[in-house]
Amino acid sequence: MRTYLLLAWTWLRASAQYPGPLIMMMLGSFAVNALDVAAILVIFEHTGSLGGFGLAEVMFLYGTSGLSFALADMLFGNVDRLSQHIRSGSFDTMLIRPASAFTQMAVDRFSVHRFGRTAQAAVVLALALPQLGLAWSRVWMIPLMVLCGIVIFASVFTLGGAMQFLLTNAPEVANAFTYGGSTLTQYPLSVYGSELVKGVTFVVPLAFVNWQPALFVLDREDPFGLPYWLRFASPPAAVALAAVAALAWRAGIRRYRSTGS
Amino acid sequence: MIELDRVGRSFTVGRRRAKKTVHAVRDLSFRVEAGEFVGYLGPNGAGKSTTIKMLTGILAPTSGSIRVAGLDPTRRRTVLARRIGVVFGQRTTLWWDLPLRDSFELIRHLYKVDQKDFRRRLTELTELLGLAGFLGTPVRQLSLGQRMRGDVTAALLHDPAVLVLDEPTIGLDVVSKAAMRDFLLRLNAERGTTVLLTTHDLGDIEKLCRRVMLIDHGSLAFDGTLDDLRATAPGEASMEDVVARLYSA
Repeated sequence: MRTYLLLAWTWLRASAQYPGPLIMMMLGSFAVNALDVAAILVIFEHTGSLGGFGLAEVMFLYGTSGLSFALADMLFGNVDRLSQHIRSGSFDTMLIRPASAFTQMAVDRFSVHRFGRTAQAAVVLALALPQLGLAWSRVWMIPLMVLCGIVIFASVFTLGGAMQFLLTNAPEVANAFTYGGSTLTQYPLSVYGSELVKGVTFVVPLAFVNWQPALFVLDREDPFGLPYWLRFASPPAAVALAAVAALAWRAGIRRYRSTGS
Repeated sequence: MIELDRVGRSFTVGRRRAKKTVHAVRDLSFRVEAGEFVGYLGPNGAGKSTTIKMLTGILAPTSGSIRVAGLDPTRRRTVLARRIGVVFGQRTTLWWDLPLRDSFELIRHLYKVDQKDFRRRLTELTELLGLAGFLGTPVRQLSLGQRMRGDVTAALLHDPAVLVLDEPTIGLDVVSKAAMRDFLLRLNAERGTTVLLTTHDLGDIEKLCRRVMLIDHGSLAFDGTLDDLRATAPGEASMEDVVARLYSA
């Protein structure tokens, strides 16, 4: 934690040497992600609901998933660049420091441009919330679900990184689950087939990023008829996935082979 | 200080049918006592770097056991990191975009070096290695010789008991090389730092090392003093020829 903050601050200062590109990248990432929202708006031009959910509800799902993903990506997203570090040999230099390799990987090249996406998701969520007229008895779930979402996405990033200890040429496989998972959870899962939804509920627990807790917040029936208690299962699902990811990372470090020279 | 007991490291290379096991290091045992200055020689691919990586906890051995400064490198990697210094001649461990001074400051925090000790050591190293002219320059703008001096300083700020150098003089000009050698000799003599150094430059070995270990095909082919090494090939005039004979044997 202390190491993370220390290194993050260092990278921020280093990147502040080039303020121009930094601001451009931040605005760019804000704008690119804003296009996602435009796409949702276009869909709602033609139809009143998406998978049985209204515009504000879809925005809510988009905002929570986006916020979780953006924060996880900002804090830990670099872990899935492991194969680059292995190939360039810079992972070796991380291993000779008295700090966890995971922390050093996560914080590497930490930069404020990563705030762009977080800001965009936060804006969408802030716009959606007042329109939903939520009961206070259900609002408490929102911070909890964002937190669980961060843990789930961070775990997926870590799993993707751990996999690269074995397959140094396959960061794309991991991207299918990280960026794929982010896109998947931006929409109500009711637009997908029931097999896929069961998969992301019980195998890769992406449904717990926002879908299941959102059913509680929005007080909706589960279109797939899954048990009611699943709506509260995000914390255990997040913890379980984090444990699997931690074990995979440790196993990966033990099998690390470095490169020649 | 460094103890290897029947250490082996193998890698599986290739896929499926073409799969085979390469033994980078096999059945390697040696001891280095505190205060020694040891040269570690071997042809390319002999297992030098693999050994260094196992000593520093980067790679886990597939068999045998290792103790460095009383610790198992793989299990206690981060604790060990505080007691050893590592320099890779081929790549920097400094932060590319940061001025040298900031890199050192960061290392002070990472290694939890006391502010007073840090100041004293940095002043000393700045003087010995002549860093004063480029402490404020970002690492990416340093020349190779300057960068190497920066890397050596970074590896010594926490006053390690063991210094491991992997080809520290590679690519350096005659003057820089001589300065680096003088510095390492002083470090070993005055502070009693144990030094293990790999190199292809036999000048390094002749000027620096009281003891030479030569590894070939993953195991020790020679371990003894410089004179013993010369005595293995009495007819050969130069060190190059002596070592070449051992490599091809």
